Amino acid sequence: MTDAAARPEAQGTAVALGRREEGEMLGLSRSSRYLAHGLLIVGIVIVAFPIYYTFVASTHTLQTILRPPLPLLPGGEFFNNYYEALFGGIGRIGGVNVWTLLFNTTVMALAIAIGKIVISILSAYAIVFFRFPLRMTFFWLIFITLMLPVEVRIMPTYKVMVDLGLIDTYTGLTLPLMASATATLLFRQFFLTIPGELVEAARIDGAGPWKFFKDILLPLSRTNIAALFVILFIYGWTQYLWPLLMTNRNDMNTIVIALKKMVSFADADTQWHLVMVTSMLAIVPPILVVVLMQRWFVRGLIETEK
Amino acid sequence: MATVDLKDVRKIYGGKVEAVKGVSIAIPDKALCVLVGPSGCGKSTLLRMIAGLESITAGAVSIDGKVVNTIGPAERDIAMVFQNYALYPHMKVYDNMAYGLRNRGMGKEDIDKRVRAAAKTLELSHLLDRRPRELSGGQRQRVAMGRAIVRNPKVFLFDEPLSNLDAKLRGQMRVEIKSLQRALGVTSVYVTHDQLEAMTLADTLVVMNAGLVEQTGAPLDVYEKPASTFVASFIGAPPMNLLPTTALPASAGIPVPPGAQTVGFRPEDASIAPTDGGASGLEVSVEGVEPVGAESFIHSLLGGNRVILRAPGRTSVVPGDRLAIGIEPAKLHWFDGAGKRLS
Repeated sequence: MTDAAARPEAQGTAVALGRREEGEMLGLSRSSRYLAHGLLIVGIVIVAFPIYYTFVASTHTLQTILRPPLPLLPGGEFFNNYYEALFGGIGRIGGVNVWTLLFNTTVMALAIAIGKIVISILSAYAIVFFRFPLRMTFFWLIFITLMLPVEVRIMPTYKVMVDLGLIDTYTGLTLPLMASATATLLFRQFFLTIPGELVEAARIDGAGPWKFFKDILLPLSRTNIAALFVILFIYGWTQYLWPLLMTNRNDMNTIVIALKKMVSFADADTQWHLVMVTSMLAIVPPILVVVLMQRWFVRGLIETEK
Repeated sequence: MATVDLKDVRKIYGGKVEAVKGVSIAIPDKALCVLVGPSGCGKSTLLRMIAGLESITAGAVSIDGKVVNTIGPAERDIAMVFQNYALYPHMKVYDNMAYGLRNRGMGKEDIDKRVRAAAKTLELSHLLDRRPRELSGGQRQRVAMGRAIVRNPKVFLFDEPLSNLDAKLRGQMRVEIKSLQRALGVTSVYVTHDQLEAMTLADTLVVMNAGLVEQTGAPLDVYEKPASTFVASFIGAPPMNLLPTTALPASAGIPVPPGAQTVGFRPEDASIAPTDGGASGLEVSVEGVEPVGAESFIHSLLGGNRVILRAPGRTSVVPGDRLAIGIEPAKLHWFDGAGKRLS
């Protein structure tokens, strides 16, 4: 129970963890570890090659791309192509530049991620910690929306948005995608693991419902929130069907929709080099979110801080 | 500082299950009252009603002469130590102790003074920057105590606070809780199912069974004069031997008081001697022997009833032996058909 007694134990754990990372805990031999790495590398190459190829294409002129075969090494047009995409207007979608598209998509992804988290954490809080009439009814109402994905209810939702005059607005783009049974369930399950004693201790310590939420529940949920944010941001970023319906004006397009519009049926009309640049730019923000939040993301999936 | 009075307190869950069936206890100022009983006897429910965590179906709970039935837990000026400590996992030890004070709007300097003083009392000063998960069980227990004492409340409530500690630490913490409670002079209610903890800690011992109080009194009074067969078998380890009066052979020459159905005696109150083969006295056959060091417990049968006897130190008794036992009549306890003590 003293410091000295606790320390060697901690070191012992560190040593054990170190060994586990080397695969000895699993009893892997040297050759099977090479095999495992080999398989992983093959997998990564398969997944990463199309992205690499897109990057290569984004550094060549349109003519090079249209005249097969496409080189496997980057060309010399990197700066020209990216400059044109970032600062020139892109002809096929009415001269809107990539910044506008990135801004729109960021707004949409952020609003969906944050909106979903706020709504679902509050509804889970109500369902788990408060006793009110029809509590379970509300829970099941939320639960059954799981069975109704956006695509199933897309026509009525579209009609409602049209009637409310929300076409070509950020509200219309994001609001219908916010209500989320999945996130509510996730928070509910997490809240259920919080011991009743903790709630009671807080009550005795004079923390009302709002203080308990702010001082205790939110800090305890932060890894869950982070993991959910990453998932939802990417969900919002890659939305296709809903923004396709909701946006008519080119300057309200998300980058995914703009990409679709940039590709025309006749190859010659399509500015493939700019399509490739835009593709690369569309990939960057989700990757940044994942990389920057990776530590939290993993902790949120594996750890409950209790 | 404060008295705690329970007047005919009842708890009925969902209109059906009666967990507490009318309990009246008066706890004097600065006393440590222990509620003891088997699981499901209503002792924790009672404690939670005093804390304000459970509503009170009927009756009145007063703290310091004021009925608190409708007052929330935070306003009752009580502090509670929970079985699983209930520390805030994301807060440092310091903040765990300071949280309740901050919520009460106390100034930073006062909080700091109180937290550091409590930490010093509990020898936690070097751990203030740690988080609960970096502490051992005993240290967490101390932090939970610290969170209670910084508040300087009228009443401490303990809900089986030692049941998660190992036996050695439990003994140590028991002494600490007792001396801390003495030193601070705060009226306390302590719930446990461990009769040893109950005996050693209590100023007033309340033995509960099935939602009712079986007996209230000083621990040794309860031990020496159990009010019912339930108390007799619950308090004391090993428990009191209880036999139907019919198991006493007439040859033993023990006068049975009128109305008595059950006779009881403590293991340590029976003298044992090798049987002389004669027909007089009580004779038991030995089934097993448990040496525990300072004493040995002899499990035996008396006319088909299990009887535990105590022999000091090592004993030469082995299973299969027959022993004659002698008990002073004054050490016999008599109970009527309902299990109530006959005085």
